Amino acid sequence: MSRAPRRPASLARPRGQVGCPACAEVEEILRRLDPALRVEGADLMARYRRALRKVSARAPAERWQDRLIVRKIRPGASVLDLGCGAGDLLAELMCRRRVRAQGIELDPEEVVRCVERGVPVLQGDLDHGLQGFPDRSFDYVVLEETLQTLHRPLTVLSEMLRVGREGIVSFPNFAWWKVRLSLMIEGRMPETERLPYRWYDTPNIHLFTLRDFLDWAERERVRILGGYAYESGRVRPLREDDNLDAEEALLFLRR
Amino acid sequence: MEFRAESPMSSPRKYDPPDSPTSVGWTRPQVVRLADARRPFRLECGRTLAPIDVEYETYGRLSPRGDNAVLILHALSGDAHVAGWDATAEAAGRPWRLRKPGWWNGMVGPGKAIDTRRWWVVCSNVLGSCYGTTGPASIDPATGRPYGCRFPPVTVGDWVRLQARLMDHLGIRRLHAVIGGSIGGQQAMEWALRYPRRLDNCIVLASGARLSVQGLAFNMVGRHAILNDPLYAGGDYYQNGRGPDVGLAVARMLAHITYLSEPGMHRKFGRRRNAGAGGEGGFGPEYEVESYLAHQGRSFVERFDANSYLYISRAMDAYDAARWGRGDLVVACHRIRARTMIVSFSSDWLYPPRQSRELALALCRAGREVTYVDLPSDVGHDAFLVETEKVGRLVQAFLESGGPGR
Repeated sequence: MSRAPRRPASLARPRGQVGCPACAEVEEILRRLDPALRVEGADLMARYRRALRKVSARAPAERWQDRLIVRKIRPGASVLDLGCGAGDLLAELMCRRRVRAQGIELDPEEVVRCVERGVPVLQGDLDHGLQGFPDRSFDYVVLEETLQTLHRPLTVLSEMLRVGREGIVSFPNFAWWKVRLSLMIEGRMPETERLPYRWYDTPNIHLFTLRDFLDWAERERVRILGGYAYESGRVRPLREDDNLDAEEALLFLRR
Repeated sequence: MEFRAESPMSSPRKYDPPDSPTSVGWTRPQVVRLADARRPFRLECGRTLAPIDVEYETYGRLSPRGDNAVLILHALSGDAHVAGWDATAEAAGRPWRLRKPGWWNGMVGPGKAIDTRRWWVVCSNVLGSCYGTTGPASIDPATGRPYGCRFPPVTVGDWVRLQARLMDHLGIRRLHAVIGGSIGGQQAMEWALRYPRRLDNCIVLASGARLSVQGLAFNMVGRHAILNDPLYAGGDYYQNGRGPDVGLAVARMLAHITYLSEPGMHRKFGRRRNAGAGGEGGFGPEYEVESYLAHQGRSFVERFDANSYLYISRAMDAYDAARWGRGDLVVACHRIRARTMIVSFSSDWLYPPRQSRELALALCRAGREVTYVDLPSDVGHDAFLVETEKVGRLVQAFLESGGPGR
């Protein structure tokens, strides 16, 4: 599953430095779209809309990152999960990796569910930072699918890299080609399986792309130790040019 | 005289009767002498005290392995009578227990959050109190008269050490959990700090590592009212027929306000007036909240000893969990081995959520697993007693979850 699926020849993109990468991506989208439109015409858009309606009724699929994170974390480590929800990841880590787990979660209902399964959880608002947590007091600090919901994402990012020896972050990539398609063709805010919200009820308030994130990391001298991409139900190691193909990204970071 | 003002409070609150399947039923307090002339008890102040009797109650059955003991720690005005109906209330001269079951009856019983079919629950009255455990109203063997304020100062640490002596007496080496709210929560903390290897779980409700300076101020005013009541008589009022009832009632009324919250009081009383208010030259209880507080004051006087109030409130002032780390709470928390859950209530201004969070963070900084929950409630500090549904869910979940993989 971590092996990269072979890219169909028709979708191959020119490698190397060929002017502005963003322009290249737009060309790529048009190229992908063009044959489909020619073949199926208006029917494609109808099917596309139907599919969107179906997925938007569902909650986001199970967190695909958990499996990879569990595999990555060594037994006996300490793990702080920011926005731990009902404690799924931590419960699994406690069982399978015997970690010292600590979650932070804002939603009182989720907090109670953590307590019910014995996951230690601090109720608190990540936007208030991690004051009080000493530097490097956890081996790993995890921030899954939460960064884009925060009021102060950069504060939380730098805090997680201060408190943890290693940061693990995952987020939806708003440069994924289907998201762009939705904006470009439909002129509407995207709704996908992993982003099943309308513009008015989305918790995602800071929208960014994989490239935005990598820019930030470079500027802040944050090293990317590795990563994975999620694309239409499949997971594979992240590629350098995944800004277009990755629906979601999972990155391992270190300051 | 009936108190009209009780109506907003007492309206639909129903208690399960002693024959209900969810009640622990009729209870009988037990008293044990834990210190005598041969085996005196050395207090933190340096003085020794003997004899010491301790009143306690137990519910449920101790498992053959003795691993299901849950110790409940009561707050300032509490007693060992946690749940059920006291079969000895009349004979022991505690008529108030005829009207109400134990103070945490909603939490403790068969099928309740602290399920007595599973846990063996024990609670003892603290040293210096007036509910069967030795206190200022007890007879000083040296003089043959009540101690009054010659009773030695007591501390939360003394209470916990005496509770440990009780556990020794009962043959309990290790507790599954200690649970307490308010100053009971501080006893729970003290247990986790003083006897880290004698408990597996620690639940601290509506409490903090220490009382806030605002809390110190309120306690001072309460004591001031008692000490300056002319009937206080230097603490030797026991033979006078009447004690400092007015002072004690004022202390209770003031304290009671700190147990509530502004929105909670607004919801309960608003600015509603009593029917036919007035009297006493226009300064009688005009608003419902006035007669409610007056009732709280009066009924407290009926059941509590002023000297005990002074001693216990002093112990509450003095407690500081950071003492175990020479003033550094994080260092202190390194001692703790138990899983800990700290619960605050959003409208509590006696032990505000900020303090509970500080304690939780200290535990976290010390590398301890900790659960901290700030429950939304407009009831104020009293929420730990009143919000049995919310608190119960958490306490039950915490007691029954050993944690994944354990």
